[in-house]
Amino acid sequence: MSLEHFMQNAISEWMRVKGPESHIVFSSRVRIARNLTAYPFPMLSTSSQAEAVVREVEEAWKKERDSHPLLKDAELIRMRDLTDLEKRVLVEKHLISPMLAEESRHGAVLLSKDESVSIMINEEDHIRIQCLFPGLQLERAWEMANRIDDWFEKHLSYAFDDQCGYLTSCPTNVGTGIRASVMVHLPALAMTQQLDRLLPAITQVGLAVRGIYGEGSEALGQLYQVSNQVTLGQSEDEILDKLQGVVRQMIQHEELARQRLLETSSIQLEDRVHRSYGVLAHSRIIDSKEAMQRLSDVRLGVDTGLIRGVSANVMNELMVMTQPGFLQQYAGMRLDAEQRDVRRSKLIRERLSMEKDQDES
Amino acid sequence: MLCPECGKRPATLHYTKIVNGHKSEFHLCEVCAQEKGEYMQMPGFENGFSFHQLLSGLLNFDASPSEPGGHGGAPKPHIHRCPTCGLTYNQFSKIGRFGCADCYKTFRDRLVPLLRRVHGHASHRGKIPERTKGELKLRRELERLKEELALRVQAEEFEEAARLRDQIRSLQEKLEK
Repeated sequence: MSLEHFMQNAISEWMRVKGPESHIVFSSRVRIARNLTAYPFPMLSTSSQAEAVVREVEEAWKKERDSHPLLKDAELIRMRDLTDLEKRVLVEKHLISPMLAEESRHGAVLLSKDESVSIMINEEDHIRIQCLFPGLQLERAWEMANRIDDWFEKHLSYAFDDQCGYLTSCPTNVGTGIRASVMVHLPALAMTQQLDRLLPAITQVGLAVRGIYGEGSEALGQLYQVSNQVTLGQSEDEILDKLQGVVRQMIQHEELARQRLLETSSIQLEDRVHRSYGVLAHSRIIDSKEAMQRLSDVRLGVDTGLIRGVSANVMNELMVMTQPGFLQQYAGMRLDAEQRDVRRSKLIRERLSMEKDQDES
Repeated sequence: MLCPECGKRPATLHYTKIVNGHKSEFHLCEVCAQEKGEYMQMPGFENGFSFHQLLSGLLNFDASPSEPGGHGGAPKPHIHRCPTCGLTYNQFSKIGRFGCADCYKTFRDRLVPLLRRVHGHASHRGKIPERTKGELKLRRELERLKEELALRVQAEEFEEAARLRDQIRSLQEKLEK
């Protein structure tokens, strides 16, 4: 498989588009949880009940196919029809949850062609509608999820209660059933050691922050996911406003930190990002930890204008493509950790040289 | 998230280690945590501390006032069970998930304090499905008007209050139909 062909599969179409605040915010996601009244939640449903849920959702989708192009071109994929590797790739692209891939016996996903909409069926709840948009576009993601929810609701009877709102398997999701999250890249705040103060403050206002890859405050690649915790007692708009407000502040702080770094230690920063580029472009073995850090540096270099001729998207792409599942899919075979480190560096080199070709042409 | 150690299983164990004032956070799956021997280092958490256990910690904390006679784990004569799916509250407090929509009605009394603890609120203020909307919307509007009426009366704005009273009456009539 050629790298270009592989990338076509690896990179969701929605990822190729540049979103607002993309120098810091990589993506915005909204997912809403819904259940049908007629069946127990997936944890307790029998095979035939779970199958019936899939059928009901499928029929609702077919009736509403013409409502939106995203639904028209969507595809219903059943977990049992996928290999473990295929499932893993979907998990690495954040299109399905590990739980759907591993635990669900009758799980399915309705996936739009551009992969911005993924509707999981029989995960923890009967239905989980997820919409992903590049950059900071929480409102748009909610608007889309909300519309899909409306279309489905015409044909499905949702479990809803005056007091508790939309009923979910886990009471931490009850009410709006909404989980909104934003993926942010905060390298300058990390370098200037400001994250230790910032992150606890965020959890104090009822939001959750976690590293997307790696551990805690030293998250690999300085990528964090900020999301709402509370789903009950606030409206969807209030929840989104609060998250958006906090993310905007994080953007300001990160911008300021970048500016300070450029002013006070420009040559050190320049050295760091180019050094990382050199490692990515020339190394022959690279583990995922180092790869993530180097990619983060290069991305910072691109976003601050210190590195030219590399598109900002390369980091996001490579972060996904250098995950174990993808590497193995690209290789077409199972790989152990050492083999992966070699393949990873090769893939990164190839991808970066493609950038160069484009730059020259 | 996937366990960063094996990259295979979901990370269910989240903890913070503080060594000589240096704080580091870890996210592992239970298998890797066991391999790393991290379980042993955490007194009191021999079985790890996953999210659902954390939740069930909150649940057990709730010594239910509605059921008297909880003499330190003595078997209760009556087991509270959801009539629709058969889940008991005990089971729920272990797994942290409900079995069906009716569990919310069955366990409502115990649920309200839990929801307050988790969300800070116990009543929904967001979207309402179109089907249930009509009636519920009117009832919500009614509540809002009543609150406003009380405020106006307090502020001695009687003209406005009278207008609200009429609105409330007509809404109530609509609801009774």
